[in-house]
Formats: sequence, structure tokens, C-alpha cells
Amino acid sequence: MTYTFGLDTFGDRNSDADGTPLSHAQTIRNVVEEGVFAEQAGVDFFGIGEHHTEYFPMPAGDVALAAIAARTERIRLGSAVTVLSSDDPVRVFQRYSTLNAISGGRAEVILGRGSSIESFPLFGYDLADYEELFDEKATLFAELLKGGPVTWEGKTRPPLLNQDVVPHTESGPFPAWIGVGGNPQSVIRAARLGFSLALAIIGGPPDRFASYSQLFQRALEKFGRPPLPVLVHSPGHVAATDEQARAEFWPRWREIMTLMAAERGFAVPTEASLDAETGPRGALYVGSPETVARKIATNLRALDATRFDLKYGMPGLTHDQLMTNIELYGGQVIPRVRELLGSSGTDRPVVD
Amino acid sequence: MNTIEREPSRLAVLGAGHVGPVIARLAVKAGYPVAIATSGDPEDIALITELVIPGARPRWASEAAAEADIVVLALPLHRFGDLDPARLDGKLVVDAMNYWPASDGTLEPFEEGGSSEIVARRLAGSTVVKALNHIGYHELEDWARPASDPDRRAAGVAGDDPAAVAAIAGLVDRIGYDPVPLESLRAGRVLQPGGPVFGVVLTRPEFERAVDRETRSLT
Repeated sequence: MTYTFGLDTFGDRNSDADGTPLSHAQTIRNVVEEGVFAEQAGVDFFGIGEHHTEYFPMPAGDVALAAIAARTERIRLGSAVTVLSSDDPVRVFQRYSTLNAISGGRAEVILGRGSSIESFPLFGYDLADYEELFDEKATLFAELLKGGPVTWEGKTRPPLLNQDVVPHTESGPFPAWIGVGGNPQSVIRAARLGFSLALAIIGGPPDRFASYSQLFQRALEKFGRPPLPVLVHSPGHVAATDEQARAEFWPRWREIMTLMAAERGFAVPTEASLDAETGPRGALYVGSPETVARKIATNLRALDATRFDLKYGMPGLTHDQLMTNIELYGGQVIPRVRELLGSSGTDRPVVD
Repeated sequence: MNTIEREPSRLAVLGAGHVGPVIARLAVKAGYPVAIATSGDPEDIALITELVIPGARPRWASEAAAEADIVVLALPLHRFGDLDPARLDGKLVVDAMNYWPASDGTLEPFEEGGSSEIVARRLAGSTVVKALNHIGYHELEDWARPASDPDRRAAGVAGDDPAAVAAIAGLVDRIGYDPVPLESLRAGRVLQPGGPVFGVVLTRPEFERAVDRETRSLT
């Protein structure tokens, strides 16, 4: 079994060591450095998620990915996620096939919604149409990926008649995933359209997604498609020790959750909720390399997944803290997970 | 084991998105006969039911509702308008939906007042109880505990009909939460987004304190 490991960022706005927020521009330049460093650290994939907020100033991640592509040779680069419903699938295809050209075939795309809604009013879309927008646009994107002239008609964008869409890719479709946050009908859709499955697990016990992974493979069979990979995307923070990781992460997590709680009307999480989420039954990977590696290995097994993408960073962390996280993830976490997963050829769990 | 009802009610869960399957799974586990439906063909959710909600039966919404004692609304609120109220006449209805503009966008009809009061006005022939809406679908299953567990958590049950509230309190109890009755749908606004218990999983004392504080600040 081949496992791959990625890092995702939302362009979380950095602060300096005194806690002063850096500019959006400096944060974006730091993201480019982090992407370049991720390759040096031994990470397989670097993803940038589309966001449109003051604390995640990252609406055009593909531009940053192109800058990273120009300075790297091996690392795969993609979105995590592209908010397809409020974008034009033709444009998305063009931007990522351009990235694919620049990077010599290293582009990927993860399509989804994330938990953000900002792009809908910004680009004049109604969230009530979300399902139809996503379904139609994902269907069109699957057609575009095939590479030939496209004929398509729907309600959400003008029709295409035998349309050649450039740039052509050099060696077939680039990898494309649909990000799913807990709706089993989205799992079925990914299988029906032939996308790989990205499970975004951002709260609660990860193993409850095991049935989604099975559902995906069974649905692929039903639609007559070959097996496709499953990836797990979850947030976290790696530092030298469990204590340090927690001390760096908790105040930043509390800040962003307090902000989001006020925006979205949920109650502010307590330190006990962080304990629950960073513990074995939770969705956050916060700790030393060993702690994080064990949790990743356990959950990749439980979910029958072959890729793990750590969403690193949090608004208010420093660029140095993020670089250390990347160094430890690439240099220690990834080799340790490979070791944990490779040391047993059976279904027997290798961790407690 | 079950002392609340000898013959478990038949449940219909309308909605197979984020929330519906979780409630359906908990209800199956608690011993209820459960049907699940979307707006479409049950064949479309057959595989989902088999793997994600084993023990439940996929049905057409009209059949599931007709045969059920309790109908759980777990569809997106913006699809509620597509539901024919006549199908739910005479039914005990659990409104597990939320009006959550920050997540789902603005819906004009729900801009004023409590969402379950508006749902109840449209379902004039049904008895509506607000419940199972305020604990996130990420967490609803993981926090379910039997009545004997000291670490059990609270869940609000709000409605204008005391007998209906008692019946749904029984359902909430059996699926794993300590039911806290609230005397009206109006009072159930504390369970909504922006309210003091939305999105957190609280013990009964914590829950009651949070609701009391909110009620006092409103009067």
C-alpha cells in the first residue's frame, strides 16, 4: 500500500512574535515559502483552500500555487478546496490545467464548499441553490477533465457545444477529488462522477466516517468504476512536544472559534472541547510528532484511506511556528506513520 | 430495558443529508422501526441506508410519513417549502431543522421569529415539537449515553402541546440524551443558532443554567 501525505493551508493570516498581525500580502508570501519548504521537508502534497475573509485572505490560491510550482520539482500542488459552486468550472479547469503545465504535471484539485459561504454573496450566487450549483458544475468539471471537446447544457452556466477548452493536459486528467463533510449523498455523487473522495473531518470522532469510505467503494462498483483513493483532511499543529503544540495552538484556536462562534451563532468552545478534539476520539492532530503520527496511522487504517492532509496553521500563529510544524511533519511525522503502517501486513492494529 | 413505551413508535426521518442519517442511526439503535426518505426515489438512497444506516428502510417520503407515528424533519430548511403539509396531517412532527443564515444563507420567510413556530404554522394539521436541532451532527452520536451514565448530556424538547413534548422527551431519552422540556415553541428559540445551547454539548445543570441566563436576560 502506498501512502501519501499532504499539508493544507487556508492562508491563515500570520502574526509576528509579538502577536501583531502581518499584512495579507506578507502572509501570502509566507505561504509560498511554506510550500517551497514543504517539498524540502519531504511532504508529498501542498494544498491551498479558497477563502475570502480577513483572517483567511486566500481567494486565489492557484496563483500562489503557481509561484510554488516555479520553485519546486517534486511536490504535488492543488486546491483544498476550490469552492466550485460559486466559480465557473471552465475557468477552474483552465487555471488548474495551467498550473499542471507550469508544474510539469503536478496539479490536483479538490472540489467542495468548505464551511465558508462568503464566496456566494461575493459572486452573486444564492446559497439556496447550492445543491444544484454543485451538482451541475461538478458534472461539467468531470467532462472537462476528460480532455476532449465538451458538449454540456444546464441551468447554472451557458451551454457548451463541442467546445475545445485549453490548455490541454499533456498526459490525461489530473487528479480530482470531491471534498465531503458528512453528507452521504455527496459520497454517492463523487462515485457517480468518478472523483476520488476527500473526507473533511474537522470535528468529532474520525472513525464515524468508516462507513462513508465503504459506501464510496461500493458506489464505485455500482457505477462500474474502478476503486479510487480516499483522503482524510483534518486540522492540527505539530511542535517538539505535546505541551508546546497545545500551548501554541489553544489560544489561536480559541480566538478563531470565538470569532466564528459570534459570526455563526454557536457557543464558544471550551478548553475541555479542545481536549476532546485533540484526544483519540477527536478530529484535531495537535501534539508532538509521535502523538500526531500515531493518530494519523490509526485513522488511516480505520477509514481505509491512503492519503492524509494536515490542515496546518491557524490565524495568529507565526511563520516560524508554521515552518517548524512543516519541518516536523515532513521529517518525523510522515516517516513514523509510514513505519507504523508498513510494519504490519495484517488487519491487526499496530497502535493502541 | 425499555420502560417508556411497550410498542416503540414508528419513525420516519425525512432527509438523508448530514443530520438525517445520524438521527436515524440513533433511533435504530434505540429499537425504533425507522424509515428514511428524501424528496426522490428510495432506490437512490438504498446503498446509503444499507451501509450508513443499517436497519433502517429507504422509502418514498409519502409512504414513510403515512406509516409513521413520529416524523422527523431533517431536510435543509430551504427545501421545507417543497413538502406537502397534508402528508403530515395528524402526525407528531419533530423539527430538527435550523434557520442558520451564517451557514445556509438568508431565507425571507424565516427572518422574523422562531423557525419552528413558522414550521408549525405551515404544518397546521400536525403537532410540532422542536428537538435534536442544537447538537451538531458531528457530535450527536458520540455523546449519546444511557440514562444510567453519569456523563449524560442534555437536549432540549420544546412544544406547545405537553403530551407531544412528553412523547418526544421519551424519544430523546431513549436515543441517549437527558430531555429538558421547554413549555412552548416560543421558548424553544433558546435552542436556535445564536442561542445559548446551540452547538455545544452540555450536562443538564449546565444546560439549565445557560437557558435560565438567557431567559432572564430577555425579561
